[in-house]
Amino acid sequence: MTVRGPTGWTFIKIATVLTYVFMFAPVAVVMLLAFNASQFGSFPMTGLSVRWFVELAQNDAIIRAFQTSMILGALTAVISTSIGVCASLAMVRYDFPGKNLLNTALIAPILVPEVVLAVSLLLFLQFLSMPKNFVLLLLGHVIFTLPFVVLVVQARLVGIRKEYEEAALSLGANPFQTFFQVTLPLLMPAVAAGMLFAFTISFDDITGTLFWKPPGVETVPTQIFAMLRNSISPEINALGTVMIILTVALPLTGAGLARWLASRRGG
Amino acid sequence: MADPQHDPQHAVELRNVVKRFGAFTAVHAMDLNVERGSFVTFVGPSGCGKTTTLRMIAGLEDATDGDIRIKGQRVNDVPIHKRNLGIVFQNYALFPHKTIYENVAFGLKYRAVDRETARKKVREALQLVQLPHLEERVPKQLSGGQQQRIALARAIVIEPDVLLLDEPLSALDANLREEMRVELKRIQRELGISTIFVTHDQSEALAMSDKVVVMSEGWIEQEGTPEQVYNQPASEFVANFLGISNIFSGQVQAVSGGIARLGLDDGPELLGHPRDGRAARQGERVRLAVRAEKVFLSESAPSDDPAAVVLDGKVTAVDYQGQAARYFVEAGPLTLQAINPIDRRPFHEGQPVKLRIRAQDVVLLDADAHQSAAAKAAAE
Repeated sequence: MTVRGPTGWTFIKIATVLTYVFMFAPVAVVMLLAFNASQFGSFPMTGLSVRWFVELAQNDAIIRAFQTSMILGALTAVISTSIGVCASLAMVRYDFPGKNLLNTALIAPILVPEVVLAVSLLLFLQFLSMPKNFVLLLLGHVIFTLPFVVLVVQARLVGIRKEYEEAALSLGANPFQTFFQVTLPLLMPAVAAGMLFAFTISFDDITGTLFWKPPGVETVPTQIFAMLRNSISPEINALGTVMIILTVALPLTGAGLARWLASRRGG
Repeated sequence: MADPQHDPQHAVELRNVVKRFGAFTAVHAMDLNVERGSFVTFVGPSGCGKTTTLRMIAGLEDATDGDIRIKGQRVNDVPIHKRNLGIVFQNYALFPHKTIYENVAFGLKYRAVDRETARKKVREALQLVQLPHLEERVPKQLSGGQQQRIALARAIVIEPDVLLLDEPLSALDANLREEMRVELKRIQRELGISTIFVTHDQSEALAMSDKVVVMSEGWIEQEGTPEQVYNQPASEFVANFLGISNIFSGQVQAVSGGIARLGLDDGPELLGHPRDGRAARQGERVRLAVRAEKVFLSESAPSDDPAAVVLDGKVTAVDYQGQAARYFVEAGPLTLQAINPIDRRPFHEGQPVKLRIRAQDVVLLDADAHQSAAAKAAAE
């Protein structure tokens, strides 16, 4: 085996670097070109400018799409996490017939191809002869993000010993007080992670959204998709940059904040 | 089957309490009284039903059948948070996200206690467990022994009707465990709080309890004071579980003046003293137990005692333990274990010895509760 030798390590290092370059170079290019002064995305860049961000901020369609996405993402996160926490509690803390089946059903949306899920929900709605509306879109996103929340919250809940809850109950707290005083605070890291997951997945989603969105409503991804059909505007690079910051920087900040809070509490 | 005979003087009463998990019966028709202010210990090997019984009293498990009463009140349908019990768990279960003060004050939030009184009570409880200076810490900054004391403070600050302790010492190391044993007993005495303690450790059970309840396979084998269960075991299980006993089979040959003459199978005769409430009938087949430390070894025949039997034997093995030694002794067809304090030097292997066994130390046993119950069930 030469892998442990210097040449082997060099090879592994080069391969690793190349992999990361392959993964992140396009992202970097998008972010770089967002600051390009010229209309056409070509190297070398002719100058630095924030004009595309300014134009982005003045584009009503994009602003509307952005608002839709934010509202949709936030609602999805809240609803999905609330349901997910309740479902996880039932799965981990209680025994009832059909538990395994229900658990599989909760996780299933991850396993089913998104297109299938999108079409079936749409057909179901037509079967009920209901028009497409924002609630359907929200419902779709909740179904789609729920498994992620359930997986994260369940994993954490398994690690929280039942004795904490039993101790709280024995001290006179009723089940609701026990949940809010003991279970939820101990579950908070998972709840926050689940919410961020749900938000980013919802914010990012295009397949399901294309099927479910009512006419005239666009989210950021569908808006980009629509814009790409006409022409490649540098505005899209700027929008991409904003989205990258939202979907990467936001969770990282959240995680960092959580860790900081935890360390402050722990002393 | 109503049982109106319940006494509010009892902190806890169990009447015919049964717990089944599917087809498995964890606790069989259990009857028990816990007197107010007393310290009662459930002891037995794992799986004997002691923790399940505690959890039923706590309200963490539902009883399948029977009545559980706390201070005379039937609590089967009262949820745990309304039972006013203090529970100390094996792994402390202090809330990791709350300070020590918040942990101890937790139970007071759900009682009509104003802020000032709560502060005073928490201070008193922390004083009682001798950790008054840790209020602002969080549990993970405390050692295991400290956490256990805080868990105790949290349980007693609410002035519970009954204190339930689920193997609270088993997570501590040996030295700390003995210290906490004394401490726990002191606090219990000081508060006069009715306490149920669950353990698998016989020395804890004997050292701390007013009453010991020995359990096996979901049955109570014996309940009584530590002296009673230790010196007068009711069954072979109890005799073997608490300390080391020699068990023999034999027959009652004669009874006179409260002393029974017992012929061991293929062996010598012993004199025995029927335990209170257990008569010996002539001709009856019995099992009997003699504690290892009640088999007295000596080099020469000791003084003539009419209520003792002296056998000739030979030491076959010696297990030196410092202040005492455990000997394996052959006496005719019998092999006995004897634990004797060492006077100057221990007996050595192969040494001929006299074994003196007093009538008062020979205990006539009943069949094991779980076995006789199983036999009865099979007969039905």
